[in-house]
Amino acid sequence: MAAGGLKDRAAVTGVGETAYTRETDRSQLELTLAASLAAIADAGLEPKDIDGVIPYGAGGVVAEDFITNFGLPDLRYSALTPMGGASPVAALQSAAMAVATGVANHVLIALGRGSIAGGRITSRLAAMPQMRLVGEFEMVQGCNAPAQFYAPMARRHMALYGTTVDQFAEVAMTCRRHAQRNERAMMRKPMTRDDHHASRMIAEPFRLFDCSLESAGAAAVIVSAAERAPDLQQRPVYIGGVAEGHPDSPSAITQRPDMTRFGLARAAPIAFRMAGVDHGDIDVAQIYDCFTWVVICQLEDLGFCAKGEGGAFVEGGRIGLGGELPVNTHGGLLSEAHIAGMNHIVELVRQLRGECGERQVADAEVGLVTGFGDLGDGAVAIMHR
Amino acid sequence: MTTSADDHTRLPARPRPEPDALSAPYWDGLRAHKLMLQRCRACGRVRHYPRPLCDHCYTFEHDWQEARGEGRVHSWTVCHHAFHPAFKQALPYALVTVDLAEAVRLQAPLRGSDPALLRVDQPVIVDFEDIDDTLTLPCVRVRA
Ligand SMILES: [Zn+2]
Repeated sequence: MAAGGLKDRAAVTGVGETAYTRETDRSQLELTLAASLAAIADAGLEPKDIDGVIPYGAGGVVAEDFITNFGLPDLRYSALTPMGGASPVAALQSAAMAVATGVANHVLIALGRGSIAGGRITSRLAAMPQMRLVGEFEMVQGCNAPAQFYAPMARRHMALYGTTVDQFAEVAMTCRRHAQRNERAMMRKPMTRDDHHASRMIAEPFRLFDCSLESAGAAAVIVSAAERAPDLQQRPVYIGGVAEGHPDSPSAITQRPDMTRFGLARAAPIAFRMAGVDHGDIDVAQIYDCFTWVVICQLEDLGFCAKGEGGAFVEGGRIGLGGELPVNTHGGLLSEAHIAGMNHIVELVRQLRGECGERQVADAEVGLVTGFGDLGDGAVAIMHR
Repeated sequence: MTTSADDHTRLPARPRPEPDALSAPYWDGLRAHKLMLQRCRACGRVRHYPRPLCDHCYTFEHDWQEARGEGRVHSWTVCHHAFHPAFKQALPYALVTVDLAEAVRLQAPLRGSDPALLRVDQPVIVDFEDIDDTLTLPCVRVRA
């Protein structure tokens, strides 16, 4: 199949989520099922219409849970895309392949996170097979969490390109301003540059306000075959281009030849070519923001600016609502919630349907969503109404 | 704050490596205060972290060679928050990513100088710290 093979062959036909909170009494599975039911209802489907499932690769929820709880009569396709925060967008690619080839008609992608009391980030990570090298060679000397894994990438980017903490603050403040227009967002208190700079240092150069939230909640989307999408309840949002990419030395940032470039840099040209759009055509972008600097690096890897120019790119209101490229209109992982980027897909779909109220990007027709995770894996989808 | 021997016994257990056949020579080397690196027996390329196959010539057979213990700062972070309780007492600590002379990298804590003075490309040397009887870890010092 040529690079354009998946163009417009699949559409997101339903989105749903639970409330996003810091703690919850509901289990990861219960949250995942609740968000899934919301997405299925949003599409105007019944649970029994789902014939493909992609659960979150890093979670304890498996495809069999959906057969059991939904009574699915005919699950024909299940897959995992275990790429950390890149999993949801990579799952869009797998789902699009499944519906484009007729293997399935309606694929459910669902991701839930239970209460952090059930396992903080460090213990969750240590158990993941793709963290084996980090576990043996880095965690033993106090490099135990993503803030510490990614800080050297940001530090080197600053040293090579002059990227500044003021530019990090710009990303954090932009997400916060957007969150103030989003009732679902966990963090809506105003944030100034001084607030950012005064937040406590976590792993230099990352301060607390450079780090995403820890959240409980779930989100889900339905990917349907393009020929079935127009018959459903919502205006379809088509997947014009989609791709995943992996960096060199994917399991050890320390050994990566260029630690300031993500797997996304390989995926982006494929997705843009497939969709047949240019950067200037993108009306709104939801960029995975586990840390502020990660947004800056991805804007470069996506090709919105040259390597090293991402810091300057985020200045001057360019990525805010009303700017040239509004980014993370829901508030992102930094201020809405950390639903591993499934919330970024949900927000992009709502923007392209025109459902975002006071945070709506006027006339949003074409948008982009990225995922980033597992030490540098990336995925991107370009969608349009 | 002073630390008594009693305090020491109450420190949370630090995460420890679980070497396998592939990585044991690296950890054994550290205990002997040698930084050992894996080298492809066919093409001679050095690789790190240890892995089964040479990605250049696809040869499994490999030797171990002692590194010169010299390198330059590639990047670093200074940790101010302990994500594992065992490292709380060490805060703040700098973790340096080093371009070793052998063209692979090492990540190790900085000893003996102020992290605020770290710069990319700064020359460093590798040293060793005996954590206890069975575990030695590398550390780095800025070259005088
Ligand atoms: Zn070789």
